[in-house]
Amino acid sequence: MSDQQLPMVGGMPGDDPTSRGGERLGAASQFVETERPHSAAQAHFDAEPILEVRDLRMYFPVRSAGIIRRTVGNVQAVDGVSFQVPKGGSLGLVGESGCGKSTTGRLITRLYEPTGGSIEFDGRDISKTSSRGLKPLRREIQMIFQDPYTSLNPRHTVGAIVGAPLLIHGILPKDKVLPRVQELLEIVGLNPEHYNRYPHEFSGGQRQRIGIARALTLQPKLLVADEPVSALDVSIQAQVINLLQEVQREFDIAFLFIAHDLAVVRHFCPEVAVMYLGKIVEIADRDSLYDRPNHPYTQALLSAVPDVRQAAVGGRRERIRLEGDVPSPINPPSGCRFRTRCSLAQEICARVEPPLLQIGKRHKVACHFAGELGHHPERPVTASLLGVDDTGTPDPGASPSIEVGNDPGYADTWFDLQRKTMAGA
Amino acid sequence: MSFLSVRDLRVHFPTIDGVVKATDGLSFDLERGKTLGIVGESGSGKSVSTSAILGLHRRTNAIVSGEILLDGVDLLKISDEDMRRRRGRDVAMIFQDPLSAMHPYYRVGNQIAEAYRVHHDVSKKAARARAIEMLDRVGIPQPDRRVDDYPHQFSGGMRQRAMIAMALINNPSLLIADEPTTALDVTVQAQILDLLQDLQRDFDAAVMIITHDLGVVAEMAHDVLVMYGGRCVEYGSTKEILTHPEMPYTWGLLSSIPEVGADPEAKLLPIPGNPPSLLNPPSGCHFHPRCTHRDKVPGDLCWTVSPELTPGTRGDGHLKRCHLANPDVVYEREVLPEIAPDLVEER
Repeated sequence: MSDQQLPMVGGMPGDDPTSRGGERLGAASQFVETERPHSAAQAHFDAEPILEVRDLRMYFPVRSAGIIRRTVGNVQAVDGVSFQVPKGGSLGLVGESGCGKSTTGRLITRLYEPTGGSIEFDGRDISKTSSRGLKPLRREIQMIFQDPYTSLNPRHTVGAIVGAPLLIHGILPKDKVLPRVQELLEIVGLNPEHYNRYPHEFSGGQRQRIGIARALTLQPKLLVADEPVSALDVSIQAQVINLLQEVQREFDIAFLFIAHDLAVVRHFCPEVAVMYLGKIVEIADRDSLYDRPNHPYTQALLSAVPDVRQAAVGGRRERIRLEGDVPSPINPPSGCRFRTRCSLAQEICARVEPPLLQIGKRHKVACHFAGELGHHPERPVTASLLGVDDTGTPDPGASPSIEVGNDPGYADTWFDLQRKTMAGA
Repeated sequence: MSFLSVRDLRVHFPTIDGVVKATDGLSFDLERGKTLGIVGESGSGKSVSTSAILGLHRRTNAIVSGEILLDGVDLLKISDEDMRRRRGRDVAMIFQDPLSAMHPYYRVGNQIAEAYRVHHDVSKKAARARAIEMLDRVGIPQPDRRVDDYPHQFSGGMRQRAMIAMALINNPSLLIADEPTTALDVTVQAQILDLLQDLQRDFDAAVMIITHDLGVVAEMAHDVLVMYGGRCVEYGSTKEILTHPEMPYTWGLLSSIPEVGADPEAKLLPIPGNPPSLLNPPSGCHFHPRCTHRDKVPGDLCWTVSPELTPGTRGDGHLKRCHLANPDVVYEREVLPEIAPDLVEER
């Protein structure tokens, strides 16, 4: 247990049912002793990473029918993903269904064992930890699930659901569990007297609050939130998003926020990664990604979001049309995985996979023709860096000018797309 | 006389605990070639009302009253036999979840062709050809081969296209789309919305689109009807409703969604509380327990008297159900600066 753990019992508002009131978060903050150097809404860019994922891969075998069940292929659900989540910060993962964002979340909580790559949490690689070794880890990494109806056991009371982690980990003696449960229910905005009720007695938004309380029980350092609001009504979504932000601020929890709703992710995360078919195609701070996306897929995604303000103009917005569906991850396209639906695709895209190239202080993009919308270059910007010519065939004359790696963090120098040279701050 | 005219529609479900007033006095009009967006939370009565137009409520457990005039014929007065003939031919529906709306054991083509053969006396072969034609029209690649696939072999977007093909195969004049894109990704959603608009133009159909996504409404609908607790609380042209809403519930909906264009650091302002129970709805205005503007109304009007649907301050057929005397002023001065400070500066 680290020194950042919060004190659990003794003099807490939850012990005394009469002290309940409107200022629940004010009350909650009383027992946060750690200093909070920055507010959660701001970027934690300079904070140390709590999670560092390097070249993470998850292949699910596809077996043939029959008795022998040979492995005939792999679903490459996650294929070489690297990123960092700073302490107390949040990274958003967006992408369409089947892009591997949920698998990534499940790998980080170690519900799956990765095929390759490393997951460094708080300085330790947890990618190969045995299931016995994972038990202490479960206290530090918790998950909030999408569906508040199927993720709570219908036969257990709310008190049993929220208190179970305390008993499993032997943190509190049985008679101390109830006050702590009530305190947690109060933190998430539920009536602490309702610990005796069953999940079906609560609405969808309230159930999601129960899920959040359960995730907070062990005071984790990292919360993986997999589509935490997409099953909720619009008016309730905002309540839960605000609750998650308050919780993050109060307890300094880092978030990996997985969602398909680009507006929600923009609101919650100072840094966002866009995934497509198992790979990160663009990762950047919020402003760069939403105001100056450089990858054609990010541009298409953003243009597809219907906008309320369109009502003032009437009709539909101009949008980039993506034809067809996401290809199968069992047999993904060669080279760039997006090329089958990309309007910019050329020969090089089929031959060479574009590296995740850093093009700004906190901006990386994986595209041979990276550029802002309408300003994509004519010739592949990556060719000289990779030592190939413009069609993607190896060019013996060219020497790869920089090391294009798959590092989770950002370098101090980057490739300037305008000047086609390396630049720094 | 409008093409579709709904007057005082009520759908009540008697239960042991009391009468659930799922729809309680709904009225609206819709012309051919126009789209009506119906917005509201789950349990606000959106789907129940549209199911009533299709005649899908069983007489044994639902009491449906009012008038639903489609091209001058009251759908609530005709026989079951007559309704069955019209259902699928004049009025068709696209459901939210195409996987559960299709039969998993039958081929997609057979399910589409069946919808055609029910209303047209044609051979199986001709119906199949028509099914292939429709699959092609909704943008399924290689329709002559995919017609023999099962629903599970289609992706989510393709299934929704197949559902649309099934709904449109009889050239219905009224199409009801119940959350047609909620289960889909944004890029696929954009494709499906494009398709719906193209098809509406070709078939000159009246379309009702049920959704909780105000962005979809803004881009698709000509008129909007906002429902809360089984009632219409605001109704008018999309432009009016989304730029000058006069009902606190609509304000709440607008302020609780994050927008891609808005300030990301701004705090979301959710509507407090939970949607009302239809079994035991709140007294007076159904929205008053969650309303942050109720103190501006003198006395206890909001608690005791249910407001009527009255014309908005700007006219133009805008209707709102609220006791506030000057909602437009409250909106301009208090709500808009919180929702969209940049728009205030522009004005």
